[in-house]
Amino acid sequence: MNLTLKIWRQAGPRHPGEMVTYKVQDISEDMSFLEMLDVLNEQLNAKGEEPIAFDSDCREGICGMCGLMISGEAHGPEKTTTCQLHMRSFSDGEVITVEPWRANAFPVIKDLVVDRGAFDRIIQAGGYISANTGSAPDAHAVPVPKPNADRAFVAAECIGCGACVAACPNASAMLFMGAKVTHLSELPQGQPERAARVVSMVDQHDHEGFGGCTNVGACSQACPKGIPQDVISTLNKDLRAALRG
Amino acid sequence: MAGTGLVFAGYVLLHMYGNLKMLAGEEAFNTYAEHLRTIGEPMLPRSGLLWVIRVVLVLSLVGHAYAAFALWSRAGNARRTKYAAAKSAMRTAWMRWGGVFLLVFIAWHLLHFTFLKISPNPDKQGPNVTQNPYELVVASFQVPWMTLIYVLAMVALAFHLAHGVFSAQQTLGWTMTPHAYRRAKAVGYATAAVVVVGFLIPPLSILFGLIK
Repeated sequence: MNLTLKIWRQAGPRHPGEMVTYKVQDISEDMSFLEMLDVLNEQLNAKGEEPIAFDSDCREGICGMCGLMISGEAHGPEKTTTCQLHMRSFSDGEVITVEPWRANAFPVIKDLVVDRGAFDRIIQAGGYISANTGSAPDAHAVPVPKPNADRAFVAAECIGCGACVAACPNASAMLFMGAKVTHLSELPQGQPERAARVVSMVDQHDHEGFGGCTNVGACSQACPKGIPQDVISTLNKDLRAALRG
Repeated sequence: MAGTGLVFAGYVLLHMYGNLKMLAGEEAFNTYAEHLRTIGEPMLPRSGLLWVIRVVLVLSLVGHAYAAFALWSRAGNARRTKYAAAKSAMRTAWMRWGGVFLLVFIAWHLLHFTFLKISPNPDKQGPNVTQNPYELVVASFQVPWMTLIYVLAMVALAFHLAHGVFSAQQTLGWTMTPHAYRRAKAVGYATAAVVVVGFLIPPLSILFGLIK
């Protein structure tokens, strides 16, 4: 496959950026999107140019490190992570636009790499349970009804990649936060801190400069893990209950 | 956003029901219009309930518009660098620009039917028309461009309600299971369909001469 790539290049956080056009030849359909970028970087290295910086880690769709806006879609046209997106999803001769996640809360560090520290700070604000460490308790010491366990598991699939924020017309992180809140609210271990958690996390979310949710649903459509929009409903309900006291 | 939105959703459903009395004839419609002013008498003064409703609606409108513009400006601040290749956010555009259009339409609608500042039909003028609600409605919608304005407004309202009624339920935390989520979506579409069809029956019946 031969492709034309329009890629965002930005030397550093304070540098202005621009879209730069590259051409790649003989790309295999079986390459992942990141492997295709590796090929391009080898070409740039050979020419003595600065390679394109992008995030990646596990390259098997479970860590949440990679994430690119590909022709206007977070993680590209398939419902998966950028590393698990294969070039067979594109056609020969296609022009592909590659951009970093765009949100003020996710500042660009370099080229396609953004700082998602805002997510970490939201988790630090309350997305955890306080537990005494010691020997592990029996798995069934605290029974959890099956529907609650299932829903907690669906929410816990969130890998924090940031596609929800990238796809949201409001640049809101409500799906991410909803997933974390629902994960813990469905389980007995999450109950003691349930009210304080949601208030602290929402405060931190707003403080980071994310937008407000208008329930558009672009987040769930972009989510590589298919986190459903109804987790935002749980977040809203928990917040309302917490503020009511 | 959700609370005030549901006030409007409830209000347009009642308003639509009242409008459908046009089908029952002049006497039924005018009796209904008069009854709106005498509900609650003698406990309430004449038009008392009407004023209560008006105050609630105005307060809801202020709250709704304030929340909408706050969300709009937050969204603008949250992404100052736009995407070069962006999928168009049609639903957001419909809600925001559609909402602005509906606001302008409400002003037009009040000037037209409440303040009687717009009388589009040159053949039907004067107090016989303006003092008779049924005649006023008939005279107005015999004018095609006036009917067109209302048709456009109802299409905008349908889009607004289809997302808005769902969105309100989501914000209020009523959609916590996949089943409840699908139900909330369905309620949104159903409300939009009922309102747009119900509101458009009288004007279109008048335009095509079924009601004279």
